[in-house]
Formats: sequence, C-alpha cells, structure tokens
Amino acid sequence: MFSVPKSTEIHPSERRIILKHADDPEYDISIDCYIRHGGYDVLKEAVANRKPEDLCQEVMDSEVRGRGGAGFPAGMKWKFLDRKSGKPIYLICNADESEPGTFKDRQIIHKDPHQLIEGMMLTAFATNCALAFIYIREEMPLGAQILEAAIEEARAQNLVGDNILGSGYSCDIIVHRGAAAYICGEETGLIESLEGKRAYPRIKPPYFPAALGLYMCPTIVNNVETLCNVKHIVDMGGKNYAQIGKPGNTGTRIWCLSGQVRNPGYYELENGKFTYGDLIFEIGGGLRDGRTLQAVIPGGSSAKVWRAGERFTGKLKSGEAFNWGIEDVPLDFDGPMAAGSMSGSGAVIVVDDSVDIVEVLANINAFYAHESCGQCTPCREGSLWMKKITTRMANGGAREEDADLLASIGDQIAGRTICAHGEACSWPTQSFVEKFHDKFVEKAKEDPEKAKSRPFRLV
Amino acid sequence: MAFEPSAETLKYIEAVIPRYPQKRSAIMMILHAIQKEAGFLSLEAQEWVAAKLELTPIQVREVVTFYPFYREKPIGKRHIRVCRTLSCALNGGYKICDSFKKAFDTELDAISPDGRVTVEFAECLASCGTAPVAMVDDVLYENLNEEQVEAICEQIKKETPAGEVTGTES
Repeated sequence: MFSVPKSTEIHPSERRIILKHADDPEYDISIDCYIRHGGYDVLKEAVANRKPEDLCQEVMDSEVRGRGGAGFPAGMKWKFLDRKSGKPIYLICNADESEPGTFKDRQIIHKDPHQLIEGMMLTAFATNCALAFIYIREEMPLGAQILEAAIEEARAQNLVGDNILGSGYSCDIIVHRGAAAYICGEETGLIESLEGKRAYPRIKPPYFPAALGLYMCPTIVNNVETLCNVKHIVDMGGKNYAQIGKPGNTGTRIWCLSGQVRNPGYYELENGKFTYGDLIFEIGGGLRDGRTLQAVIPGGSSAKVWRAGERFTGKLKSGEAFNWGIEDVPLDFDGPMAAGSMSGSGAVIVVDDSVDIVEVLANINAFYAHESCGQCTPCREGSLWMKKITTRMANGGAREEDADLLASIGDQIAGRTICAHGEACSWPTQSFVEKFHDKFVEKAKEDPEKAKSRPFRLV
Repeated sequence: MAFEPSAETLKYIEAVIPRYPQKRSAIMMILHAIQKEAGFLSLEAQEWVAAKLELTPIQVREVVTFYPFYREKPIGKRHIRVCRTLSCALNGGYKICDSFKKAFDTELDAISPDGRVTVEFAECLASCGTAPVAMVDDVLYENLNEEQVEAICEQIKKETPAGEVTGTES
C-alpha cells in the first residue's frame, strides 16, 4: 500500500466535495475503503438504470466548467462529440498538471484515485467511449503507480474492462506517462504525444478533438478535477449541483495558493462565495511578518498579473457596475475575467515586496521559453528573446528601452500561434511591463555590481 | 554494439504494445522502461525501438530529443531535480539547488566528480504549496531547508557508492 502525507488542517470555510475524504487520516486509497464510503454506487446505478444521454444531460444541466484552465463548459464539450463518424470515441483524462502554481490534481490522484476512476467510467459510459487514457506527467511517478494499482483493483471487481457489471458496456483505462513537457497539457499537443510523436499542438479548426482527436477519432479531453465532478453531478443530479456556487460558476473549486503567503495550500471552496482577499488574507493567513503585497498572479503563471493597489472597474454581464481592488475580486471563473485576467487552473501565486518584480518576470519567462514546443516562430523565438532580455535585466544589464522592447515582442506573439502557448508566454510580459512600467524603467538605473551579487535569486 | 533489453524489460515491452490501438503510441512507455534500465537512450537502443515499432530511427529520435526527461547520455547514479519555477524560487529554490551542488562539488547538469549524482533544475513539479521541493529519482521532498538538504545528501552518500557511472544503477 502506498501512503502519502495528509494535510492536518481543513479550513472551516472549505466545502469539500471532491476532497471530502482525501485528508481523513482513516481513509486510504484501497478500493475497499472507497466502497465502504459509498464508492462506485453511482457507477453501479448508472450502468444498470440510466441511459447515457441522460448522464450527458445531467452534466449539461450542472453547467460545470472545465477545471484545467480554459473553463469551458464540460457538457458543451461532450455535446460537440461527433457521434455519427462511425469511428471509436476516446476519453483522455488530462493529468499533466503543469501550469506553475497548480497542485490540485496531485491531491486527488494520490489520496482518492478511485474517485477519478469512477468519474472517468461514468464519463466513458455517458459518451460511449471505446477506450480511456490517463495522461499523467512524468514527475508524478507515485501517482502513476497508484493509478495503475487502483485500475487493477477496479478491473478485478468488473468496474473497469469488459462487460462492466454485466451491462454489456466495455471500456478499459490505460495510464500513459508523459516525459516532462509542459505543452502536453495543451489538449491537441497531448493527443500528438499519446500518438507517439512530438507534442506539437494541432491547429483548430479543423482539429477539434471532439471531431478529429486521437487517431483522428472523436475524443474528449477533460481535466482530473472535472472528471471527479462528473461523479457528484450524476449522484446529486445536474440541477442540484448547479445550486452549488453561483450561475455560470457552479460547484466548488480546488484553489491552489502558493508563493509568499503564510499558509500556502489547497482549499476547496464554493465558487463565488469568497474573494481573492478572503483566500489570501483570511484563509491563507495573509502575508509573512513585516511584508506587504506587491503582486498577485490569479490563475497560474500565464495569467495576467495584478499589481497591489490597482482598481478594476467596469460592468458585469448582469449590467451591474463594479469597482474592485484585488481583495474584492470574486473567487470564481467570471470574477478574474472581469478584472482583466483569468482564474486559469485555480493557481494563485502571491508575491510580496521582498523581491524584485523584474526577476519575477524573468523566472516566468525562463519557464515559457523552456516549454515552447518550437513549432511556431513567434512563440519559439519570442519566448526566448523575452527570457534573454529579462535575464539580462536581472543580472545588472537593464536598459531604459527594455520595457518597450519587451512589450513589442509580447504584442507580436499573442494571437499569431497555433496554440495558446503564444498567449501563455506573452501575457506575463505584457501585463508585468504594463503594470510595473516604472519598475522596469528604474531597473536601468541599478548598480550592475549590486545586481550581480544579489543574495536571493529568482533567475 | 547492438542493444538488447533485459528479459524482464522485453516482457514488459511486449505486453505494453498491444494495449494501444496503434503501436506507435507505446513509444513513450517503452522509452521510459529502457531508460530506467539502461540509464539513458543510446542510438542503438533507439534503433531497436524503431525496429520494434516499425518506425524509422528518426521518428524515435525526434521523440527522445523533444521531451526533456529522455536523455542520450548517462547521468550520475542518482538523479536530483530541484524545482526552479516561481513558487519554489520565491521560497528559496535557487539556494536549495546551490546546496545540492555544493554537497557533491558539482555543476548543474553534470555528473558529479564522485559519480554519485547529477543535479538538475526541473520546471514546476506541481507541489507549489509545499515549496521549495526537489525530487531524488522518484521520491519528492517537500518544504526543503538547508538541514534537510544536508540530510538527504548524507543519505545519498551512504546508500550510493562513489565510482564510475555505468548507467545501470539509475
């Protein structure tokens, strides 16, 4: 039996649905434990008494949005499936969790793997999938072992594999390991990788996975947390699920708080009931002693940064006017979008006043330059230039014109690439330079010797 | 010299290929198995995989060179990967990396003089809430500080004999 350390404290603000049992010290990852807690009841009931199209309708009614980053409604994604092609349909669980700041899927995989398997089998049954895959990143070898063992247990009890529980429906799950490439989190890159090639993302249209996915067959790619939600949606009914959270932002979300904050960690919170201020200053315990807030990255490192003290104004979809500081932005999908950024993968990174903001961007740029797949010139070259410039700036070679140069490079990448890595690499540069323009210009005045000898480095 | 995997690895490879609807899909799992056994992916090993999957050698090599985890050269007997990305860096990841390098008197990405380790930076290991983190082979170490790094390095030195890297221990 594998064991992983459990979190000892669950914040009272949390509403744990997905992570309900994860940190219970008495709860383990065996199928027996899962079944003792009601596990696989939903699948048993569904294959015996429910029609696949009913399950799809439940997911549609739930309005659940994808938890991987884009926030696209999962029910809609399933509806786009080309069911008339006569080709097999495939399901892929995206467990490549690699957006910097994100560590929620890790908790599910390591602490409650059967929940994911049940969610996947429900999804597979609902969409009539022939075969399912879990694409897990190489850096989670323990997770891959846990999933392999859990699938084996489920297969032994006829919950995965041939003729599931005598229903006549068959579907197996294959655990497939990545090899440390961030771009495999992009669904079409992931599909290329699963086909045994370099993970070069495909252009959409025409290669929407729902029509032309794995082996050019209709394919669903869903995130780990999204697939777990399917279990609870089928269990409680889509309309009831939609009562959790708020319209268009239903359910709970596992937020990942990290960076320079007192209590980093994962917190499962009902959507729209809290703000970024609640997460950072109340639930997360606020900043460390003597520190003040400098910046917040609200949804993984590709999300546009917020500078402490800035105000966001405008009108919501409902027509209601808003005037928010960072602390007022609703913790859901639509709030950060209204404030010019995104909730992305739910990864909130806090930056305090102890670090140089230029170095923060240099760290991020090094990541995206390393992870560009190299297929499109603007991204391959541009991400590297942005990295080189910000690294030079951090090392004492900043010039006054660098801020504008960076902005001009960023502006020439976004929207000009096959996949969203173009945006992912340029949004940080564009937003950091825009919001911290004064700091980027000031950097040129820094004594190069002092810059070279900095004791604490981010790049 | 022609490449041949061990009987055990060959058995695994023979079993993994038919699991996939198309055999080319098995390439990453096969490369993982061979690298684990041989320490790295030699050109001979790549040619062997190509023959096994009815691919051209370049179709294998483009995969090997695309993914950062695959390597064509040996590394130290133990593989230390320190997370470099933002949340870890904000909590001292660079210093942690320096401490690992110092403990084995080595440079980044090189085999240490005693052959015991290769220290690398890795991009986000997806454990940002327990930053800074590092992996030693398949094991993740979280909330690292100087004392823990020292203890981990002592442990490695105790478990792993110094000496030339043959590639088989990794």
